[in-house]
Formats: sequence, structure tokens, C-alpha cells
Amino acid sequence: MTAEDAHDDATIVRTERRWATISVVIIVVLILLAAFAGIHQATMPQGRVETIDPTRLHLSGEFVESNLGTANEADGTVTVRAIGQQYSFTPACILVPVDTPIKLRATSADVVHGILIQGTNVNTMLVPGYVSEQFMRFEKTGDHLMPCQEFCSFGHEGMWGKVRVIDKAEFASRAKNGGRLSCVGE
Amino acid sequence: MLVNRKLILAHFWLAFVVFGLALCLGAWQMFVRSPLYTWISNPEWYYRSLTAHGTVMGYVFPTLVAMGFGYAITESALQQRLVGVRWAWAGFWLIVIGAIMAMVPVALGRASVLYTFYPPLIGNAFYYIGVVLVVVGSWIWVALMSINLRVWRRAHPGEPVPLAMFANVAGSYLWAWTAVGAALELLLQIIPVALGLKTTIDAGLARVFFSWTLHAIVYFWLIPTYIAYYTIVPRAIGGRLYSDTMARLSFILFLVVAMPIGIHHTFADPQVGAGFKFIHSTFTALVALPTLLTVFTICASVEIAARLRGGRGALGWIRALPWQNPIMLAVAFSFVMLGFGGAGGLINMSYQLDTTIHNTQWITGHFHLIFGGAIVIMYFAIAYDLWPHLTGRALPNLALARTQLWLWFIGMIVTTFPWHWVGILGMPRRMAYYDYSNPAIAPEALYVSLSAFGALILLISGLLFLFILARAHAQPATEAGEYRFSMPVHPVRSVPLALNSFGIWVALMIGLTVTNYGYPILMLAARQDTSVPAVYVGAQ
Repeated sequence: MTAEDAHDDATIVRTERRWATISVVIIVVLILLAAFAGIHQATMPQGRVETIDPTRLHLSGEFVESNLGTANEADGTVTVRAIGQQYSFTPACILVPVDTPIKLRATSADVVHGILIQGTNVNTMLVPGYVSEQFMRFEKTGDHLMPCQEFCSFGHEGMWGKVRVIDKAEFASRAKNGGRLSCVGE
Repeated sequence: MLVNRKLILAHFWLAFVVFGLALCLGAWQMFVRSPLYTWISNPEWYYRSLTAHGTVMGYVFPTLVAMGFGYAITESALQQRLVGVRWAWAGFWLIVIGAIMAMVPVALGRASVLYTFYPPLIGNAFYYIGVVLVVVGSWIWVALMSINLRVWRRAHPGEPVPLAMFANVAGSYLWAWTAVGAALELLLQIIPVALGLKTTIDAGLARVFFSWTLHAIVYFWLIPTYIAYYTIVPRAIGGRLYSDTMARLSFILFLVVAMPIGIHHTFADPQVGAGFKFIHSTFTALVALPTLLTVFTICASVEIAARLRGGRGALGWIRALPWQNPIMLAVAFSFVMLGFGGAGGLINMSYQLDTTIHNTQWITGHFHLIFGGAIVIMYFAIAYDLWPHLTGRALPNLALARTQLWLWFIGMIVTTFPWHWVGILGMPRRMAYYDYSNPAIAPEALYVSLSAFGALILLISGLLFLFILARAHAQPATEAGEYRFSMPVHPVRSVPLALNSFGIWVALMIGLTVTNYGYPILMLAARQDTSVPAVYVGAQ
């Protein structure tokens, strides 16, 4: 038997066309899945681009020190504001209530950093000059490590923060006096 | 007809020597970041090593392999002497000078910015200029590939370009265009700041420029491997290439859709909107197509070899394959690693799943499995296949070559599988060490140790590879005969113009890059408020 006998041109073309069709179908299904999940469940990366001047973060605007941490909103949600700088997060321990829609707004004061909350799919880059925004919700109380996930120079390996998820009632009682909450030093 | 053997050998030897050095660094890094190393460590040394490892493995090693292999293909597939040998040597020396220029500041701790640069971190200017020289050296090769093809076409009007050369030129065009992204970032943004001419830089724009290079560069690394799949494997194992047309289509698809997909590297970035992220995610799905087609064609080609050797049954033919042949072994290992790595890649490019593993150890595991595994094991195969023709001496010992390939495969699996797993646990990338005494990190300790052990196996395999190549030079001289590529089942008599030329495909490649990158780049470049102060790094 020779190779030519077993494979006439027409057979080759037919099998190839069949395989190519299967491949295209696989790819189209993947794309449709992503589109469906993106539109229907609104699971998608950050939608819009927002800029900020990293050299003036500490002087005015939403990322001044007194405004960092967790804030209660009128609609029952909370907003967390944080900054990353070589080599720590402020606040280093983020305090949030369980079962509550949370908006995380964060930026960098110097180089590129990243926020990753272990055990969740919360994961975003902090690029100086831009504001990162993520929406999240924790279903269980407990602690999560929050490492910087992008190389930010020689101290990168020491840049670990924490997220503490606490009971709703406990959070409400701590939030009574207003101000911005965190669990730094606890 | 391999005339300029010295030129080709110089490229391969330099490639494999720098690969060996960077491999030592990699194995050392795996060790010091694992719980096996208990002495005090200095993170600063780790980041020097990481920068050197990435720069060599990413820019120098695969580029030299592609160039050396490209020259070999030009002479053997086109059956003509290489035109522009002097220029080829100039390109080679530019890479040597560039690599040394880049590595000196890295070794001195003045450019620990990693091979992905990460502005606004700014290192010593010589590091970036060295990298630019390496790229310029490789662009000479791109021009030579194009010129040599033109010379051949003039002598053979209307004839189909041999598949190996067609793919090789496609790969060179892909590289020329994908390198433009990082070149723009270096020349317009980083180098002026590194030289002190400017003190601010738009970090977001730089990340977008870099993503243009960062994804398609992987396909540039991949092209020699795919050329080996299509044009070396079937011949080496005594089979035929199932389809020449499908092969051409696959290389064309890589050329066209490899570029306009890089923004999937910035899914988690705040400087690109969701719309372009989705477009790039969609195009990334498309780039799976040439790989799916390749897997089919190569499996069919391998089956032909098995049946010619008397293989029977639906899957029984697999036993009839020449498993004693290192090339057979290499392609089987390569496919297994490509399968796992490709599946992981589909997760990375997914609009939704990416956030779970973005910038975790999963990503490092992924690209080591694809590049270090599926791609580099075929670089070994290419070297084993070409060596007798380049040195005029047979390989010393095929059993040793098989052992080397087995070790590389096992080492890569042992290294990367636990690596993926700790990524899912949320272990971040690029850290010099971890506090394994922390109860939340302690569960990762075992897997990191396993990876470090895998790295040791890889190191042994890599050194064994260099040993085999070096020993071959001392073997008695033999005549290896003419270097040939695989024949398709049906001889190619004519090929449609579209599958025999590049004009329309290069136009599409550039056009799609402009539509998919033009708007995000222009929007960022036009803004005045996004430049941030540079942060200079250097050993204190």
C-alpha cells in the first residue's frame, strides 16, 4: 500500500472540510458563551476608562487619606477606596460586610501594582494615572490575603494586604459613627 | 544544499548556550523561592536573575533559533545559496552586542525591570538599547528572508514556494510587525526617559503598546515548531504530509490573527475599555483555529507513517510508530504539552475566567508549558535533525537523545502542573519569596517544592542536550546527504496565488492591527493627563 492509494484527493478534502467545520463551530460556541455571560450576567472587565493625577492623590479628591477605607452608601451598598504604593496598600486591611454589594475603587500612587483577593475572582491592575473599579460581594465571613500581583520593584514580595469580611450587624454597629472603616492594626 | 553551515551553526550554538545559562538562572529561581531554601535570601538578586532569564529566553534564544533555522531552510528548501551572507553576519553580531549591552546593567542590578519593562519603573538606558539592537539584528534576517524568496521567485516564475520557506517567510513577517509594538514603547516612551530627556511616561499607553508585541511574539516562537511539525516530522518518521494546502492556510491564519488580539493581556487593566477587550477576546478565540487545523493534519500525517509501517486498527496504528526515533518522541511530547497548554490558554483569553487566574502563578505555569514545553522540545528536535547536516557527523547516541527528551517532558510536567495549581489558589507572580509560615500560604509549600524539583530535572535535561550537541562535533565524519523536507501525499503542482504569496495577508495583518489597536492607542496618546513621574530603579 502506498500513501497515495489510501488517500485520494477528494477524501482528503472532504475530511479536512469536516474537521475545519468542527473547529469553527467550537470557536463560535466559545465566543457566543463569552458574549452571553458578558451581556446577560454582566460579567466583564472594567467598562470605562477614568484618569487621575497620581502626584496629587494625597492633596485633594476621593483618594485623600481621610477618605480611604470602607464607606457606607445611602442605598445599602458599600464603597471601598484604596491605593497601592511601593510596597503596601492603604488601608493594609480592608474591612467589608458579608452579603453586601461592594464597589472597589483603587489606584496607584507610583508604579504599576495589582490587587488580587485570594479565594475570589477579584483581580485588577492598578496603573498610575488611572482608576480601577471592581464590583464584588462576599458570601462568607472570614479573612482573605490580598497580595500585590504585579512586579513593583525590589520590595514586591513584601506587599501583602488583607481583606476581612465580617457580619453585617457588626459592620453596621462599627459604621454608626460614620467615617471610613478599615481593620488596620486589628 | 547547506553552504553557509558556519553561519547557521553560529546561530544555533549561541542560541543554545544562552539558553543553558538562562536555564541555570531559572532553576536557581525555582529553588530560592521554594520552602526548600531556608537561608536568608536577597530579593534584589532574584529580580536581577528574573530579568536576565526573561530577556534571554524571550528575546535572544528563540530569535536566534528562528534565524538559524530560517537560513537553513532558505538554502535547503530553495536549493540556492543564501543571498546577503555578510548582512546575515552583521545581524548575528548585532544580537551578540545587543545581548551583552543589555545583560551588563542587568547583572549590575541597574535594570531589574523584568523583560516586560513595566514603566513607570525605569532602568539603565543600555538595557533597553541592547534589546533594541537584538531586535534590529533580527530585522536584518527578516529582510534577508524576503530578499532570498524574491531571488528564488525570479528564477522560478509561477512555481509554488516550498512549504518550509513559505512558513519561514510568514514567520519573519509576523515578527517584523509584532516587534513594532515594543519598539514604539521603547523608542517613543521608555528610552527618552531612561536617558533623562523626559521624566514622565504614560504607563497605560506603554502597556497597550507592549501587549501588541507580547502575544504575537509567542507565535513567532511557535513558527519554527510548526514548521518542524509540517516539514520535518512526516519525513523523519517515514510518512507523508497529509495536506500542503492546510499547512499554508494555518501559517497564513497565524500571520493575520496573531497581532490584533494582544489586549487580552490587559483584561484587568483600567486604561482600555470593555469593548476593545471583547473584540480582542473574540480574535484570540480565532487564533485557536490554525492550531486545531495543525493538530489534525499532523495526526493524519503521522497515521500515514504508521500504516505504511503495517499499523492496523482505529488506534492500534499508534504502536506501529517509530518510537525509537527522537523526532517521533519529541512531537508526541510536544502535542501532549500543547494540548494542556492550549486548554489553559483558552481560559486565559476568556473574558470571564481570566480574572480568576490573572497574574497568578497559573500564568507562569501556562507559558512555561507552551513555550518551554511544546515549543522548545521541538527546537531540540530541529537541532537533532539538522546537526548531522551541519556538522557532517552523526549524533553520538540516539538513546541519550531519547533520555534527554523524556527528562524534558517529565521535568516540564512536574514543574508546570503544580505551578498551575498554586495559581488557582491565588499565589501571585514574580515574588522573590513567600512566607510559608503563614497558614494561608502554607498549603502552597508542597507544590512549590514539587515545581522546584521539576526545574532540577529540566536543568539536567538542558545540560544533557548541550552535551549531546557538543559531543557530535567529535564524532567521525559521515556524509549525511542532502537536507530534505517532507513530501505531501499528493505532489504540489500548483498553488493558488493567494496561498503562494503574502501581499494580501500582510495587508490584512496591518489593517486588522490598525482597526483593533488604532483607537485605544490614539485615545491614550491624545490625552494630556495620563503621564506619570518615572521611578528609576537601581541597586542601592
